[in-house]
Amino acid sequence: MNVTTRRFAKNGLRHFGLVLIGLVMIYPLLWLFFASFKSNPDLFGSLDLWPDHFVWSSYAKGWAGSGQYTYSTFFVNTFMLVLPTVLFTVLSSLLVGYGFARFTFPLRNVAFALMITTLMLPQTVILIPRYLIFRNLGWVDSYMPFIVPALFGCFPFFIFMMVQFIRGLPRELDESAVMDGCGPITILFKILLPLCIPAMVSATIFQFIWTWNDFFNQLVFINSVKKYPISLALRMSIDATGGATEWNQVIAMAILSILPSMIIFFLAQKYFVEGIATTGIKG
Amino acid sequence: MGNRNVKHALWGLLFISPWVIGFLCFQLYPLALSLYYSLTDSSLVKIGEFIGLDNYVKLFTKDKDFFPSMRVTVLYTFVAVPAKLAFALLIAVILNKNSRMMNIYRTVYYLPSILGASVAISLLWRFLFMNEGVVNSLLGKIGIPSINWLGSPKVALYTISLLVVWQFGTSMVLFLAGLKNIPAELYDAAKVDGSGKLRTFAAVTLPLLTPIIFFNLIMQLIGALQEFTAAFIVTNGGPMKATYLIGLKIYDEAFMQMRMGYASAVSWVLFLFILVVTLLIFRTSRYWVHYEDGGRS
Repeated sequence: MNVTTRRFAKNGLRHFGLVLIGLVMIYPLLWLFFASFKSNPDLFGSLDLWPDHFVWSSYAKGWAGSGQYTYSTFFVNTFMLVLPTVLFTVLSSLLVGYGFARFTFPLRNVAFALMITTLMLPQTVILIPRYLIFRNLGWVDSYMPFIVPALFGCFPFFIFMMVQFIRGLPRELDESAVMDGCGPITILFKILLPLCIPAMVSATIFQFIWTWNDFFNQLVFINSVKKYPISLALRMSIDATGGATEWNQVIAMAILSILPSMIIFFLAQKYFVEGIATTGIKG
Repeated sequence: MGNRNVKHALWGLLFISPWVIGFLCFQLYPLALSLYYSLTDSSLVKIGEFIGLDNYVKLFTKDKDFFPSMRVTVLYTFVAVPAKLAFALLIAVILNKNSRMMNIYRTVYYLPSILGASVAISLLWRFLFMNEGVVNSLLGKIGIPSINWLGSPKVALYTISLLVVWQFGTSMVLFLAGLKNIPAELYDAAKVDGSGKLRTFAAVTLPLLTPIIFFNLIMQLIGALQEFTAAFIVTNGGPMKATYLIGLKIYDEAFMQMRMGYASAVSWVLFLFILVVTLLIFRTSRYWVHYEDGGRS
């Protein structure tokens, strides 16, 4: 074999391997998608993606739910939980990030170190007191346990991200704004904020998806079906259904539950695949 | 300090004040409270009496679930995390080329990661790995007998681990970013020295990636030791508690058995365990993590 054919063969082999892995990665998701159009018995024991005969009603029937509430309620609930959480996370991270990045004050380094340390604090250990605190405040079975911590910068990952990002912006911008008589608030909102949009978009996307996917906290803090977000509704469908479960309906709702994350992923791919790492692993 | 400096400092404090409040109210205070609860016999309904170390004593001497649960958690972590990182690194090295195709692969490989341990994905896992599921059908086609993926106590934990490995995308992207930062001159120099691919990888790529390996390792460890959703939805801790991770135990004790004090004690043991593991890794890091500025960062 000469050099070119060998390189060609090697490249071919590499792509073959990569496509194979790609199939493994994507096949389960495709299976789930097509399974939502299969009849119930068809779901079992078959490798085929394509349904023997298409069942179109799973989505409508699944959406209607079995109890008092339809998935309209669960979807609206999820958005009521996720959107404010995301909005407040980004806002508080911007403010706190600005404070850490641009100001000197006593104990700043200590505070910053504490903030970074909380990145590693296991959430499990503060869950129980948080539950009791929130219960005393009457917040259990509402979305406050998600929204209020977001407002108070309890997501250090995003603060760290904003600090790193703002540090990368030239200080001359702030200084010339001071010359023009601008105060810190004007500087932040009029001058720095527009430049921070890429970091804010990343934070929005990540926090949206993380909050959307979160199950544990929702399980702990939300108890009435009326307020269930999709994850809890799905889990209820999984549990409620015994032997004769209409699994295709459950799967159809599972597909809908991952749809928003998928849409965001495809719209904002570069933020995930390129952008995720640009913010500060190197500290 | 001049007047202007005081004002400047006050502005800074004002801007970080949301975090200060959040830290004190939702992190530090709960942390202290949970330590206190762990020394009481609190239930879900009322704060109990101070009972000293009784919860901890019971945990280590009487609780039949605690050690098996810890063992399962550690096993899970030590299987899932290295497998995930090794895979992520391998793929990142292969994908570290600028071409359209590579971007498509990256996107496809990252896709499962954005779905996380959601309920939908846990449900999917149940379907893939049940006895009449897709995976066994596939094995049947190539003549391998069915494996009881979720029903066998020996296998179930590995089945759950596969879910984590499947979602290697985030680690992969971090590795890719690290690979991009390695100066091309180093590779040129290795080439001039006549190093082969494996040698170059071992002598250039790997050492320069150690900060990212370190970061990934810490974050994944902390996550894995607290894993909950996958084991809860896919196997619900079974079969025979083979996937009864410590996260499940804490949830059970606190919100099913309503033993808040005892659950707090379990969570503190987990916390201390995570702390010790993390510190050990930090401690060893100076022997294997290389920083470009010679370790001053």
